[in-house]
Amino acid sequence: MAEVLWGIFVGPFKDIAGSPTFFVEVLIGGVAAGLMYSLVALGFVLIFKASGVFNFAQGVMVLFAALTLVGLLERGVPVPVALGLTALVMIALAFGIERVVLRPLVNQPAIILFMATIGLNFFLEGFGEMVWGSNVKRLDIGIPDESFKVAGVLVNKLELTAALTAAVLVAILAVFFQRTRIGRALRAVADDHEAALSIGIPLKTIWVVVWSVAGIVAIVAGVMWGAKSGVQFSLSLVALKALPVLILGGFESVPGAIVGGLIIGVGEKVGEVYWGPLVGGAIENWFAYVLALAFLLVRPQGLFGEKIIERV
Amino acid sequence: MIYREAGHFKSSYAADQAIFPIVQDRVFLGLVAVVAFVAVPLAANEYWLQAILIPFLIYALAAIGLNLLTGYAGQLSLGTGGFMAVGAYAAFKLTTAFPWLNMLVVFVLAGLVAAGVGLLFGIPSLRIKGFYLAVATLAAQFFLIWLFNKVGWFVNYAPSGTATAPPRTMLGVMVTGPQATASARYLMALGMVVLFALVAKNLVRGRVGRSWMAMRDRDIAAEIIGIRPLQTKLLAFAISSFYCGVAGAELLFLYLGSVETLAFDINLSFLVLFMVIIGGLGSVLGSFLGAAFIVLVPIFLTNAPHWLGLAMRTDTQKHLELMIFGGLIVFFLIVEPRGLARLWQVTKEKLRLWPFPH
Repeated sequence: MAEVLWGIFVGPFKDIAGSPTFFVEVLIGGVAAGLMYSLVALGFVLIFKASGVFNFAQGVMVLFAALTLVGLLERGVPVPVALGLTALVMIALAFGIERVVLRPLVNQPAIILFMATIGLNFFLEGFGEMVWGSNVKRLDIGIPDESFKVAGVLVNKLELTAALTAAVLVAILAVFFQRTRIGRALRAVADDHEAALSIGIPLKTIWVVVWSVAGIVAIVAGVMWGAKSGVQFSLSLVALKALPVLILGGFESVPGAIVGGLIIGVGEKVGEVYWGPLVGGAIENWFAYVLALAFLLVRPQGLFGEKIIERV
Repeated sequence: MIYREAGHFKSSYAADQAIFPIVQDRVFLGLVAVVAFVAVPLAANEYWLQAILIPFLIYALAAIGLNLLTGYAGQLSLGTGGFMAVGAYAAFKLTTAFPWLNMLVVFVLAGLVAAGVGLLFGIPSLRIKGFYLAVATLAAQFFLIWLFNKVGWFVNYAPSGTATAPPRTMLGVMVTGPQATASARYLMALGMVVLFALVAKNLVRGRVGRSWMAMRDRDIAAEIIGIRPLQTKLLAFAISSFYCGVAGAELLFLYLGSVETLAFDINLSFLVLFMVIIGGLGSVLGSFLGAAFIVLVPIFLTNAPHWLGLAMRTDTQKHLELMIFGGLIVFFLIVEPRGLARLWQVTKEKLRLWPFPH
C-alpha cells in the first residue's frame, strides 16, 4: 500500500525534480500533441458554433483531406497545386453536404443531425479509401521529422511546425470571425438562427462557408497528423480524442478548443510518462476522457462554454 | 374496420390494462411466437441461426437497453459497448468461478454487475446533458475496455487474452460452448429477449417509464411536478446497463463463443445507437426493427454483387459497403427521422380504416 501511495504522490515528483530537462521535453511533446488535437477540435467548434450540428465526421474529413492530398502528390502534382486542389475538393464536399444532408434535415432534433454526420462518417471513409486506396501512405511535404537541441532540450522540427501552423491558423480564424462581414454573419447565426434569418443573413450560404472552413482546417490537421504518423485509417480516430478537448474547452469556444487541447495533450503525456507505469501503461487511451469527465462535474459547460440558464 | 380499438368491451381492470388491447395484435403476436419458438428451430439451418437470427436477438436486447436510456429517458449514451463488455466479463468470471450456477442466473447476475457500473458512470448525467453527456459516456467506453485489456484476472490469465465460453447446460441441453447446437443457443437468446422485452414494455408504460419520459421532455418541469432527477436518471442508467450487460454476456456465450475486448469497442456502441435511431427512439418494437435492419443490411450488401453476378475485389466491396451503409443511414434519417417504428404506426392507422377508407 505504501508503495502505491509513494508511486502516486511522491515518486513521479521526485523524477520530475531529478531530471527537469526531460520533464520539459515531455511538456513540449504534450503541447505539440495538444495543438494537434486542437486543430481537429477547431473544426468541430466552427461547425457547432454556426449550425449547432455536432459534426462527428470531422475526423474522417481530416482523413479524407489527407488522402486526397497524398493521392494528388503521388500522381506528381506539385505541392502548392495539390494543396489548392484539395481545398477545392473540401469546398465541393461542403456544398454537397449542405445540399444532400443538412438541407433536408433542417429543424430536426440535434441527435438526428448528429446521427446523420455519423452516416456521413461511414460514407466518406468508404469513399476516400475506395478512390485513393486503403494502404498506409507516407505524406512528405518537406518538413523533416527530426529533432534539434535548444538549451539542452530536444525539440522536434515537425512538432514545432505544427505548433506554429496551429497558432497562425487560430490567428487567421480570429480575424476572420471578428473583422470580416462573413465572420459577423457567422457569429449572428451562431447566436440565433431565426434572428439571423430575419435580418437577411442567408443561412444556406453560411452553412456552406462554415463547412468549407472546417474542411480547410481539416486539411491542415490532416497534413500535420499525416506527416507525423502516416496517412491511414487511424487518423480518423484522432477525432475521438478531440471530443474530450471539446468538452474541456466548451463546445462553442475557439480559444477553448486551443486551451483544452493543450491541457489534454500535456496532461496525457505527463500522466503516461510519470503515472502510466503504475497501472501498466497505455493510459493515453482513456486519460483524456476521465480528465474531461472529472472536470465536467465541477464545471458542466466546460472552461469557456456559454452558461445556459434554463427556464421552464 | 376489423382492426380497431373500439368495440372491445372490457369487463375487468386487468383487461383494461392489457399490453395489447386489440385482438388481432394478440393473435398476430401469438403466431409470431409459435413461428419463432417452434417453426424456426425446426426449419432454419445453421447459417441462418448463427449469422442472422442469434445476432439479431442479442442486438435487439442491447438496443432495447439503450432505447430505455436514450429514447425514453433522453440521456444520450455512447458507452453501450463498455457496458456490454462488463456483462460479458462478469458472466465469464461468474460461471468459471461457480460452474454449478444456472446459466440464467449467471446472465442475470452479470446484468446486475453491469447495472452497478452503469450507475457509477451515470452520475455525471446529474450535472450535464446532451452532447456533453455523450462524450462523458465515452469515458466509460474507453476506460472499461482498457481495464479488461490490461487486467489478466478478467480472462483468468488466459495467455491469448480471450475469454472463452465454457460448456454449460440448461435443462440438460448444452447451451454454450463449442458443442452447443445453434438451435439451443437460439432458443435461449429468444427466451431471454421475449422475457426482457415484456419487462421493458411494462416498465415504460408504468410509473417509471412515465417519469423517464417527463424527464426527457422537460427536465426542469418534471422536477417541479415532483419527479426526482437523481433517482430517475440513475435508475435509467442502471436498467439500461442491465439490459446491455445481459446482451453482452449473450454475445460472448451464445453468439461468438470467445471474445477479445476488440469485440466491444466503440463501433459496437455506435452500431447499437444506429439500431435505436433507425428503429425509432422511444419504441420497444423499434429496437427489434432497428436491430433487424442493421444485421440484415451488411449481409445483403455482401451477397448482392454475388446475386447480380458481379465480380468485385474484396476491398472495393468493403468500401462500397461502408458507403452504402452510410448513405442508407442518412437517407433513412431524411425520409423517416422517427424511425421504422413510425412506419408501423402509419400502417396501423391505415389498417383501422381498411377495407372502407372513407
